[in-house]
Amino acid sequence: MAWDVRKAAEIIEAHRHLDGPALPVLRALQDAFGYLPEEATTQVAEALNISRAEVHGVISFYHDFRRAPVGRTSLKLCRAEACQAMGADELASEACAQLGTSWHGTTADGRVTLEPVFCLGLCSVAPAALVGDELVGRANWPRLAAALEKCGR
Amino acid sequence: MSRTHRIFVPADSAALALGADALVTAIAAEASRRQVAVQIVRTGSRGMHWLEPLVEVQTDEGRIGYGPVSAEDVASLFEAGWLEGGAHARRIGAPELQPFMARQTRWTFERCGIIDPLSWDDFVAHGGGQALAQARLQGAEATLAAIIESGLRGRGGAGFPAGIKWRTVRETQANIRYVVCNADEGDAGTFADRMLMEGDPLALIEGMAICGFVVGARKGFIYIRSEYPRAIQVLEQALELARTRGLLAECDIELRIGAGSYVCGEETALLESLEGKRGQVRAKPPLPAHAGLFGKPTVVNNVLTLATVPSILLRGAAAYAALGHGRSRGTMPIQLAGNIRHGGLFEAAFGISLAELVDDIGGGTASGRPVRAVQVGGPLGAYFPRALFDTPLDYEAFTARDGLVGHGGIVVFDETVDMLRQARFAMEFCAAESCGKCTPCRVGSVRGMEVVDKIIAGRDVDSNLALLEDLCHTLRLGSLCALGGFVPFPVLSALRHFPQDFHRP
Ligand SMILES: Cc1cc2nc3c(=O)[nH]c(=O)nc-3n(C[C@H](O)[C@H](O)[C@H](O)COP(=O)(O)O)c2cc1C
Ligand code: SF4
Ligand code: FES
Repeated sequence: MAWDVRKAAEIIEAHRHLDGPALPVLRALQDAFGYLPEEATTQVAEALNISRAEVHGVISFYHDFRRAPVGRTSLKLCRAEACQAMGADELASEACAQLGTSWHGTTADGRVTLEPVFCLGLCSVAPAALVGDELVGRANWPRLAAALEKCGR
Repeated sequence: MSRTHRIFVPADSAALALGADALVTAIAAEASRRQVAVQIVRTGSRGMHWLEPLVEVQTDEGRIGYGPVSAEDVASLFEAGWLEGGAHARRIGAPELQPFMARQTRWTFERCGIIDPLSWDDFVAHGGGQALAQARLQGAEATLAAIIESGLRGRGGAGFPAGIKWRTVRETQANIRYVVCNADEGDAGTFADRMLMEGDPLALIEGMAICGFVVGARKGFIYIRSEYPRAIQVLEQALELARTRGLLAECDIELRIGAGSYVCGEETALLESLEGKRGQVRAKPPLPAHAGLFGKPTVVNNVLTLATVPSILLRGAAAYAALGHGRSRGTMPIQLAGNIRHGGLFEAAFGISLAELVDDIGGGTASGRPVRAVQVGGPLGAYFPRALFDTPLDYEAFTARDGLVGHGGIVVFDETVDMLRQARFAMEFCAAESCGKCTPCRVGSVRGMEVVDKIIAGRDVDSNLALLEDLCHTLRLGSLCALGGFVPFPVLSALRHFPQDFHRP
């Protein structure tokens, strides 16, 4: 969604009463707009009365915050040790090949963004993935493709 | 005459990831087609993840389990009369009689997998709320004395005595104090916090309430990682429930969500993050117990530490302290993960050996190939070969062998693992997650990656190995926190115990 100053102001207003509001505000903005454009930095800085550099520093520190738009569905593949022990690296290679993209990349049709994640707490049913909001354990490409299919249409 | 049959299906993430929701739909549809009345209760997980989704039915002889069940099995299960406990290939009998369960000593996970985590009645019927009532009755001093007596140490990794930390916060002069629950659970191979929060969130909330009461905090925060959407959902509802039922009368609790940073699990980085800043580690002193969140005295405890408090107060500090090994008292929720046949959660008294955990309880690898290595204690934990499998689970015993118990995760690898690649990953992870505050960690980890890459390429292997050892030495001594300070554990243990992977022809 394109940046909307009024809507953003409402979101910021809803969270600014919290102690240490920066992270909840940024998360809520990203949930609403899909990413955090330059305008977000400026508006949050003004509203919370901190410098733009500070807001920028926070956004760039955390892996969750995105500064560019992404595909409609995110495919998060776990790259951490328990999943490695169950073939996560091979699964990632296959996913890259099937989607024609690489880490942090989006498919040509704009549908899917492939993102790494370090542990989903599904280490006993590895390899693990999060497709949209569906958790997938003992993941393989056919199961991921089926989950993507469900989100996609 | 018809009665309503109760069916229990976990809504734990591990069960959901294996199709539990689709299964619930299938069970409801088949029941209605057969015109049998069923009530489907969503529980947490028992922890036998190779059997998930593990469905239980209430029979006259108690709960009978069937697992793993898929939507395709449902018709045949009804056909077999499973609502009365009928025979079927998926029938496992009473879950608590499974050897994996019968061998455990459950304190922290007493209720997990049994109750509906969002039912106040279930909570109360299983002793919930009594520990807080007891604390209020006997007062803060006596409650604190019990926690100290129990010997409970922090389950987040560092193993610091919980009661001592609470006492420090209680005795520090201040107008405001805080309780912060560290639910960042960033270590790969660990999921006990997640399971507890999804399966028995009120245990954690009650533990935090008791902590708040003891130290005199009126406000608490749970800082949970964003990678746990299900746990976030359950906790939000559980907090609402706790609030309406008076569990938060002395100390209200707010849920805060992390933003994908591993180092924010380190307690001072976590506090910075809660304050809305970059998650950079603070130099100590001051300790958070003296000057923590917003500069106020703060208890930071792991989920499991806090969630164990109610059962310690109810079942007795002395009984808890009687369990364990050496200076590691009580029980540890151990997580069996990676390439393992019987993966899941196993709570046992400290002292159990790695061999018993991996071979007997875990049943060896899922792939059927021999076990080659285990990594214990997360990404900063050492890789142990079979030769060290006699190590008892005990903080000091692991330290003595250059390892970590950490948060109790055990990741099993079979013989196909390439330990050089694992060493590279440790450096790569440290580089990606470094908070940037100290040079050895920020620069040294990137340098470490480059050096390992040269070894992989077979260039000047001996001199690069010497360089790697040197770098690890610098990291260990020159890092402010355990991210940089402990990354030598996985790297050097891989090198020491599996040298052949570093010297390829
Ligand atoms: C890099 C790093 C990551 C950590 N991650 C966690 C974590 O995810 N969860 C946790 O409880 N403790 C974590 N810790 C340990 C905390 O700093 C702290 O010791 C703990 O929250 C104290 O609670 P406890 O005494 O109940 O264990 C981490 C430490 C470091 C150095
Ligand atoms: S060791 Fe690394 S993560 Fe820890 S304080 Fe230093 S730079 Fe930050
Ligand atoms: S290591 Fe992949 S889910 Fe935990």
